[in-house]
Parts: sequence; structure tokens; C-alpha cells
Amino acid sequence: MTNHWIDIKNSNCVLIIGSNAAEHHPVSFKWVLAAKDNGATLIHIDPKFSRTSARCDFHVPIRSGSDIAFLGGMIRYILDKKLYQEDYVRLYTNASFVVGKDYYFKDGVFSGLDTKNRRYDAKTWAFEKNADGSIVVDKEWKNPRCVFNLLKEHYSRYTLKTVSEVTGISEQDLVRVYDIFCATGKPNRAGTILYAIGWTQHTTGVQIIRTSAMIQLLLGNIGVAGGGINALRGEPNVQGSTDHALLYDSIPGYMSMPRAQWQTLDQYLKANTPTTKFPESANWKANTPKYMVSLLKAWFGDAATKDNEFGYQWLPKLDTFADTSYYSVIDNALHDRMRGGFVFGVNPCQSFANVNKVRESLDHLDWLVCGEIHNSETSDNWHRPGVDPKKIKTEVFLLPSAHRIEKEGTISNSGRWLQWFDKAIEPQGEARDFGNMLVPLMNKVRELYRKEGGVFPEPVLNMIWPEQYKAEDWTKRINGYFWSDVKVGNKVYHRGELVPAFGNLQADGSTSSLNWLYTASYTEEEGNKSKRRNPKQTPLQARLGIYPNWSWCWPVNRRILYNRASVDEHGKPWNPSLPVIVWNGKSWDGDVPDGPWPPLAEKGGKLPFIMHADGVAQLFGPGRADGPFPEHYEPVETPLKSHPFSKQLCSPVYKFFEEDMKKVAEPADPKYPIVLTTYSMTEHWCGGGETRNTPNLLEAEPQLYVEMSHELAKEKGIKNGDGVLLESARGSCEAIAMVTVRLRPFTIMGKTVHLVGMPFAFGWMTPKCGDATNRLTIGAYDPNTTIQECKACLVNLRKLDKLTEIG
Amino acid sequence: MPKSILIDTTRCTACRGCQIACKEWHNLPANQTKQTGTHQNPPDLNPYNLKIVRFREHLDENKVVHWNFFPEQCRHCLVPPCKDVADMVLEGAIIQDAKTGAVLFTDRTASLSAEDCEAIRQVCPYNIPRRDDKTGKLTKCDYCIDRLQAGMVPICVKTCPTGAMAFGERSEMLELAQKRLAKVKKTFPKAFLADPQDVNVIYLLAEEKEHYYEYATF
Repeated sequence: MTNHWIDIKNSNCVLIIGSNAAEHHPVSFKWVLAAKDNGATLIHIDPKFSRTSARCDFHVPIRSGSDIAFLGGMIRYILDKKLYQEDYVRLYTNASFVVGKDYYFKDGVFSGLDTKNRRYDAKTWAFEKNADGSIVVDKEWKNPRCVFNLLKEHYSRYTLKTVSEVTGISEQDLVRVYDIFCATGKPNRAGTILYAIGWTQHTTGVQIIRTSAMIQLLLGNIGVAGGGINALRGEPNVQGSTDHALLYDSIPGYMSMPRAQWQTLDQYLKANTPTTKFPESANWKANTPKYMVSLLKAWFGDAATKDNEFGYQWLPKLDTFADTSYYSVIDNALHDRMRGGFVFGVNPCQSFANVNKVRESLDHLDWLVCGEIHNSETSDNWHRPGVDPKKIKTEVFLLPSAHRIEKEGTISNSGRWLQWFDKAIEPQGEARDFGNMLVPLMNKVRELYRKEGGVFPEPVLNMIWPEQYKAEDWTKRINGYFWSDVKVGNKVYHRGELVPAFGNLQADGSTSSLNWLYTASYTEEEGNKSKRRNPKQTPLQARLGIYPNWSWCWPVNRRILYNRASVDEHGKPWNPSLPVIVWNGKSWDGDVPDGPWPPLAEKGGKLPFIMHADGVAQLFGPGRADGPFPEHYEPVETPLKSHPFSKQLCSPVYKFFEEDMKKVAEPADPKYPIVLTTYSMTEHWCGGGETRNTPNLLEAEPQLYVEMSHELAKEKGIKNGDGVLLESARGSCEAIAMVTVRLRPFTIMGKTVHLVGMPFAFGWMTPKCGDATNRLTIGAYDPNTTIQECKACLVNLRKLDKLTEIG
Repeated sequence: MPKSILIDTTRCTACRGCQIACKEWHNLPANQTKQTGTHQNPPDLNPYNLKIVRFREHLDENKVVHWNFFPEQCRHCLVPPCKDVADMVLEGAIIQDAKTGAVLFTDRTASLSAEDCEAIRQVCPYNIPRRDDKTGKLTKCDYCIDRLQAGMVPICVKTCPTGAMAFGERSEMLELAQKRLAKVKKTFPKAFLADPQDVNVIYLLAEEKEHYYEYATF
């Protein structure tokens, strides 16, 4: 979240799209309804009318996979009707930057496409430069190649008519939503967009979310109270795990994973430390060397010295375009490019798309280690229906995991609050938390290395590794230590003392931090700030709903990110009745500002978007794999043969593995005419591995269902509660029909398109509840993230009298 | 003055936190249920579910979807007809706690015959009592009397994340109910309070009872 949970109450319009907030984040609705109490309009855009829709002012059904069309239409509407917050856009976005002459967009494809490798070369997306290397800026927006004009041109195709045809939303409903939400473009009003992980699950997932950010920038809704782009995260600690680089392409603190082209630390730092010609840009990433060296120091301690590049050579380096996301891992297993592995915190044989492939792939492993609370579809894969266990060679080790209430530590919530939780009881039986599995395991490896030697011993033996796992010790290491005596202000910090804030991290090896974003979370002066529970606040903070003394949030306890964008160049809040920060002539009141500098117009003043090299937010974003402007493409499995935006049906660069492409329905395939979307539900958590073993939750949602309209049910001769067989190009799946008015047929490009929805929580390990919905879903992936398109694929269905999976 | 619960269904998201928390607090085992084409499960109150959330949907004349949620439980009537009937057979089988207004089925209900229990169920205007055929006892919501006596609020109220449920002195809850009703009526002109003068568990409903449950009011 750019903002935080409580801040939702400050919104004038809550647009929930790509999320079923009430069902999947039940507590969020405390704040959504608080906004409604304060007079906000609540809008839900989703294929299905859900418990979220029930509590919103109104719901608008959208065909799954057409979000960019819907949002692109809103961009056009904003530009046509001049609903943007002009001062904000001029000051704080790259609307005035001039794009280079080589950039073009034609027939749905951007310049620089390498069709063979399905990759863009982004060179032609660069901004035009002056002789001194600075970016050409056109503050008058007269140059046809300035971002503002390119934006206008790009979205000129997104008319109400075309958007309506593709999304299935009537023009009347489009105008209704656009009018209400775009009214928040006024400086004294704020709108928020709530989405969740489902929005990422498209081959255009990243660009969908980017489009929403562009809308919020045009409306001046980023950095203000009640605004923002708010990703609703969950109990799985998605926020914390991403911050700490669970994903393969980054290392902690959102720094790039070292790659083959950066063989030395210098090369890495040069490539990953941006520069700017704008003196008003803080260019925060110029600090990358301090954060990277401090990270290396946190990993390797005294063994990391300037002379050995602080241990950079001990890090693995990915090939330039290598993708080691989990779907690559599965494909590697299938093709016998790996022999074994560890699975923690995920149930691939249940929760991954195109799961028949996943299940088969794991059969190829010699060994597999699973850490689980209960035996899962993954840990017991060789017992799955239709498979002879004797014929599967994999040796599986099941490590019993402690439950969350059996361990202590921190979780970072959606609002980036670091919150400590205590252990309620000791782990039962032989169960252990992950720390107590991994620390001794690695110590065993280190012991073997010491005794017997081995390949490349330096990283294994040089890293700082404790004898025993203690959660709070890691919390301190994440914050970071001084490794030599350093004077900060008037105070001398000694080796072994905690670093007070990331401003003190150094590139010379005198400091360490396992994640620069979290430096200041645990200090000598205040201890473990994730344990703070003090509701004290100033009157301004009380109005905003900010509790600066309750827990701690990154960065440096800033509760609303980009908050310098909530004021004009003189430091005056756009909305004086609800200011986030206020310049009092000497310093800022309210929230912790994005840097201490004075307002932009004053000497030494800085631009608000400090994480971008040039200090402004990117309406034109040349950093993505699939284009600088989001563009509508159909899902890989689509009920359409063409769409009105371009000749390019699907993204030209979405990712896939050859194996996946063998089983894909044709566009508008008569064999598979129905759109399937999949989702979570309140009663089961993710794939259901834990909650299906919680009898009271299984009682509330016992078996797999497929939600469908009365119209489709009638067409297929299906009655509510009947058994149904669903088939896609990849597999089949039984479910119970839930015939409902909450789903209705769409009219898309003049033809009727039915959409059905299914949860993915039910699997064969729980008897008679049904088996994985993901046997139907498709293995096609976003080019930026390799996240699967499990929100839209094609199926057919028919009534089934005799069910075998559900009883 | 007894205590009351206000349940504002226009704030309910049917997360079923109350349904599950009720089971957990009372240590009730799970029923084996089946998917029959609705999210509502278990389908009805039973000895192991003293509170369930009912789901009902319809399309209105403008083709707008309405999905109503009814977190059902005993209303703890001011003058409970169940107690009147039980008293005729066995004094003390059903009692009313003067301090809280809680209507309680005691262990002595096990001595009632199945027919007596059926008569008690039939006299309840809200169709709440259910007989546990294993123990012979009559079951229903006990107002979390153990929690109330320990100075805590009922577990369903404690669990509700959206503020759909409020608990307090009856006079305060009646006042809050009127205040909420006035506000809700601006969006839902047909909104009303279900039998507020007769019960301690007061529902605020957005539209006619048939769009919730036939026993939502009497």
C-alpha cells in the first residue's frame, strides 16, 4: 500500500477493482465502511457480484481480463474532459518529458520488439536528451512527443464504445463510474483504488496495476490522505516476504539480483545506481552503494572487506535474461534439469496454475523436502488419484512445521507496519518453525564443508550464521549494526551497536543491514519498535488516523508514501482540510515527509517521487518489459478472435514454456466457449491446505462449487446443486453448480459470453471435497513477473450425474 | 434493564466470523456438510450451530442484484414464549436471567420429552430452538452468559470486524438502533427494525423479511 488500512476512511471514493476485499480481507471493510460513514461512494468492479459488492453503493460486472480497457477508457475520459489535477500533473509527473524520435506504437506493438525472443529492446523508449545529457522538457505540452500528448494519442482509441464492447460494461455504467471516481481529481477530494494479488494474475498483470497508478497520478491521488494505490496483502506476509526478496529477481530492499553482466561489484553498482541532471531530484537510489555494501556486510561480516568487494564474488549471478521463478523450477523438474528441492509455505500441486503439469513434474524429482503443518497435495503427490505410488521414484521428507501461533517474530502488514507477534504455545510434537529447521540444517552443511571441504566453500563458510535461531536476533540484523566506531551527529556509535536510521548506512563497510528499508526499526535508543503499542498522536495525526507510536513502518515510520506530493511547490496542502504534511516555515508537521528538504519552490527543495531518478512519477514508464504505456491485450485464452484496439490479439511478450503451449484453446474456440475465473474465499486460506484441516471452516465451505448464471444453467440444463464437469484444454474438474443472479452473461463485441467462477481451495487430500480447480487453469505468464494467468481461461461444462471427486 | 445486541445487517459482510467464533467459544464439533448450491452452510441451526449466517439473493425490478445476510440467533425475547411453554411442563428447564435478559435453556431441558421440545420450537416466533437428539437437551444461543458474567461481550459481537454488531444497555441499543435506522433509510427507504419492542437481539433490515428469511421477524 502507498497508504495504510486506517487511511481508507479518509477517502471520498473507494474503487475496489481486482479485489474482493470483504471476503478476502474481512477486516478491511471496517475502514471501507468507515469511509462510507464519512460520505464516500463505494464502487466494486468485478466479474462477480460478491459479498464486497453487497456492501458497496453499486457493483459493475466486468469481463475477466479486460481491466486495461476499462482503465484506459478512464484515462481517455480524464484527458478529454480535463478532469486531471493539472498543477499536480505538471509538477510531479513526467508529462512534460519529451520522448525520443525512435519511439512508436503501431498496430498494438511498441517499437523495439524482437519477435523471435519475444522481448522488447527498450532503447527506443528513451527520453530525448539535450546536449548536456539532460532530458528535454516541454512545460507547455506543445511538442507532439511530450508524454502528455503521447498519452492522449495512445488512449484516444479507448472510447466509451470500444471499451464497452470489450469489457461488457454498458456505456452508461462506464460514465457513471468514471464521473464519480474522476470527481476525486479536484484538489480537495481523494479517491483510493483497492486491489489484491488477483490483479497480478493476468498476462498483463503488471500493466493493469500501472494503469491504475497512472489514473491516480492524473487525478492527484497519490501521496494524499484517502488516496493511493492500495494492494491488500494478507496473513501470508506477502509484504514482508517481498521486502525481504522472496522473489528471484531481487535481493533485500528491492535491489536487483546480481546478473552475469555485472561480474564485479563496481559493475553492479554502476548499473544499479541511477543519476539525474535535475537538481531538484533527490534521486534516492543514488544511495544504492551504501545499501548494497551494508547488505553484503550483513551477510559476510568481517570476511567482507573492500579488497574482496565485500564478498560480491560469493553471490550467485543469474544469466542476463534468466528466469528462476517458481514456474521455471517446475518446468526444470519436468525436463529433468534438477533432482530435488525444498518446498516451504506453498502447495504447488494444488495452488499453481495448470497443476496437472506441476504434479507430473514433481514425479521427476529424486527427492523433495516439504515443510508443512498438514500433509498436503504436494507432500503426498505420489498418492494422488489415478497414480500408482510404486511407479514414482521421489523420496519425500515431510518436516512438521510449527503453526503461526507456535512461533514469534514479525509480520509486515499491507500498510508496511512491522508488527511483532508473540508465541502463544510451544510447537507441538516434533514441529519446528522455519528458523529452527533452516539454521541447524545450514550448520550441518557448514560442518560438512569444514570437515570434508567442498566446491566453492567461501559463501557457505564466510557468512554470518548463528548456532541457534532466535527471531529477535534476526530483527536486529535486519536493522543493521555498526562494524566500526562512527560518529553520527554528536554521538559516537561503537562497533556492535545498532544503526539508528538508513541515512547512516555507509558504502565503506562500516555498517551492515539485511534490508535498508528496515533500518531504524530496532535501535539502541528505542529497542524493538515492532513491539510499540502506544496510541499517542498529535491532533493532526488523529484527524488523519495516523498512529506514529504504534508499531513502526518502513521507510522511517512514514505512514503515507510520496506524501510530498500532497502539497504544492510551496508546501501548501492541496487539501487544506486534511493535510498529510504541512511546511511550518522551518520543518514539516504531520506524517514523516519523503525527506527533510523544504518545499520544491524553496532553496534546496526537492521533488516528491524520490525513488525515481528524476524525481517525478512516470506516466510514461520505460522500465517495464511490455511497453511504456499499458495496452489492452486479450487473455491468452480468449472468447474473441479480434478486439477493436489493435491487430495484436494477445501480448506479444507474455511468457510461456513450450510444454504449456501444447494445450491452449484457440481464440474464440467453439470447444471451450466459456470464460473461467478463479478466486479465494473467506472461509479457506489460499489453496486450503491449512483450513480444510480446520473442521469448523470446512463445515462452512465443504466442497468445490462453480458459480454460474441462471442463463448459462438453463442453456446447459443444469439446476442449482447439480454435479458439473468442467473441461479445459488442459484438464477436467468436477464441481457443484451454484446457480446465481450474482453472475450474468456478458455481451462482448456483439456476442453473448458466459463467465463462470470457481474457488481454488479444494484438493484431493480432503476426502470428497473435490480436487484442484487449477487442473483447468492456464500456464501463461506476465512478462515482468512470471505470474500465472489464473484469472481468465476458457472451459466448457456439462451436467454430470455421477460424481467421483465430490461425495 | 437488560442488555441488547443491535445487528445492523447493512454493515454485515457475511464473513461468518460470528458463526465460527460461536462454535469455537462453545466448543461445538463440526457437522459434516455438503455443497448444495449455496454459500449458506450448515443449512440450518442445529445443536452444533447456535448461530448461522443466512444468505439470500434477488434481482430487483431494475435488474440490480441484492444479496442479504442474516446472522441468525436467538432474540432473547423480553417475554419469551418458549419459557412459558416449558414452565408448564418443567419449571427451571428454561430460565431468564434478570440482570442480562438472557433466555437460557438449562440442562434440565434433557428431561423434556421430544414432543415438549417440538412444542417449544413451534411456539418460538423465530424458529430457534433445536433438540439435540443425542443428549435430549434443547439448544440455542446462550447470550454467552459466561462471558457476560465475566464482564465481556458476547463472542459474536467481539468477533465482528465491520461494526455490524453492537452490545450494551437496552436503552442505549434502542437509541443507537433508531440513529442507524434514520441513516440507513436514506439509502434503503424500506429499512426497518425487527420487533425492537419485544426482543433483545434487534435486527436492522434493509428490506422486507422475505428477502432475508421468513422467520426474520414475526
